[in-house]
Amino acid sequence: MTDTKLSMYQLYKEIITDYIRNKSEHTLYSAQKLSMEMIEKDMSPEEMVSLHLSVIKEIVDDLPKEVVDSFDLLLEVMIGYGLAHREHLSLRDRQRQLESELNVAARMQKSLLPNEPINVESLDFGVVSVPAGKMSGDYYHYIVDEHGNIGVAVADVIGKGVPAAMCMSMIKYAMDSLPEQRLQPAALLENLNRVVERNIDSDMFITMVYGSYDPREHRFFFASAGHEPGFFYRNSTGEFEDMETKGLVLGVSPKIHYKEYSLQLSPGDFIVLLSDGVTESRVDGDFIEREQLTEIINKYKHLPVQALTEQVYRELEKMQNFQLKDDFTLLILRRNV
Amino acid sequence: MNLNVNIQENNNETVVFLDGEVDVYTASILKEKLNPLAEGTNQSIVVDLAKVNYIDSTGLGVFIGVLKAVDKKGSNLKISGANPRVKRLFEITGLNEVMDVEEDQRKEV
Repeated sequence: MTDTKLSMYQLYKEIITDYIRNKSEHTLYSAQKLSMEMIEKDMSPEEMVSLHLSVIKEIVDDLPKEVVDSFDLLLEVMIGYGLAHREHLSLRDRQRQLESELNVAARMQKSLLPNEPINVESLDFGVVSVPAGKMSGDYYHYIVDEHGNIGVAVADVIGKGVPAAMCMSMIKYAMDSLPEQRLQPAALLENLNRVVERNIDSDMFITMVYGSYDPREHRFFFASAGHEPGFFYRNSTGEFEDMETKGLVLGVSPKIHYKEYSLQLSPGDFIVLLSDGVTESRVDGDFIEREQLTEIINKYKHLPVQALTEQVYRELEKMQNFQLKDDFTLLILRRNV
Repeated sequence: MNLNVNIQENNNETVVFLDGEVDVYTASILKEKLNPLAEGTNQSIVVDLAKVNYIDSTGLGVFIGVLKAVDKKGSNLKISGANPRVKRLFEITGLNEVMDVEEDQRKEV
């Protein structure tokens, strides 16, 4: 016997002897502790049964032959349990490995998103993006060019998790290769559509809204590829307007033309872009209505925009018992002066 | 949630009646039933959504996959009977521009 087995033998023998003599709760507790130690040392169930038999043979004289023989059967059954247990352990290791791979991938994905804040005097900008799982099928983007023009985008890949996330990186790299179209939303979507259509599975697609803001004219130009409409808040009326657009989702047909729209912003006006994870928030099985969403935004609109987006997220998260069903992205751009 | 699929031949059309939700859980059921239909040439396929209250983006992806397949075979795909919420989804995504989306529902025998 190895040292470990020998010490287990001794320990178990003490426990059994003590239990037969005193039947105390305390001894049962020792047995529980012992079982944890055995699991830690990778002892199989059949080893435990055979340990029990050896110990009981030693401390009970003339153990009936029937009882001893019955242990053969118990051992046989325990071998089955032992196999299942070892399989469980190997799956657990595998799962830990996958988990750590996913964590690395999620960190890589985060690095695809912009992280420098926007610093344009006349504008206040905020964004919140939270994946339902570890990886996100939502993508957002913002960039300020040398003339102070701002490009913003929100895209949503069908489905979620790893496949959606891989698709999302395609959008990021395709956008990087089209810098000259940052100010032309419709042309940018047309080019992206060609890239996506060539590289995507036949039943996958991406929705995207792209906009560019000219801080001298305070005009927001935008186009949408089948994306959930955003909201335009008009300070003079205190009302939210739907940014209704036409345009097919990316990846369905190679030659698509997108229509470009524009909005004139006065001080206090703001633009809300979002992914369908926001509007498809389900509260007690029912979808949240767009009006409910604008009510929540309205409640926090006095805050700086970053705080505003975070408050809206927190409130929707709370309404859904802190369990997001889909990736969530909310981006707001407000004209200050 | 479940999805029931009932396929009927009606006046030179193959009508696929769906009952339930078309989402990430049921999309594979629908795909399995629609793919063989999409393989035929010069077919008229109608998917009736009168009894569908919810379609998510994965479900919509199935229709897009079928649309691409039928286009190649010279067949035609139509959507009928969609409720306002479902119809709005086809409108937002622009899919109503590339496939017929009819309000009237087909009659299930």
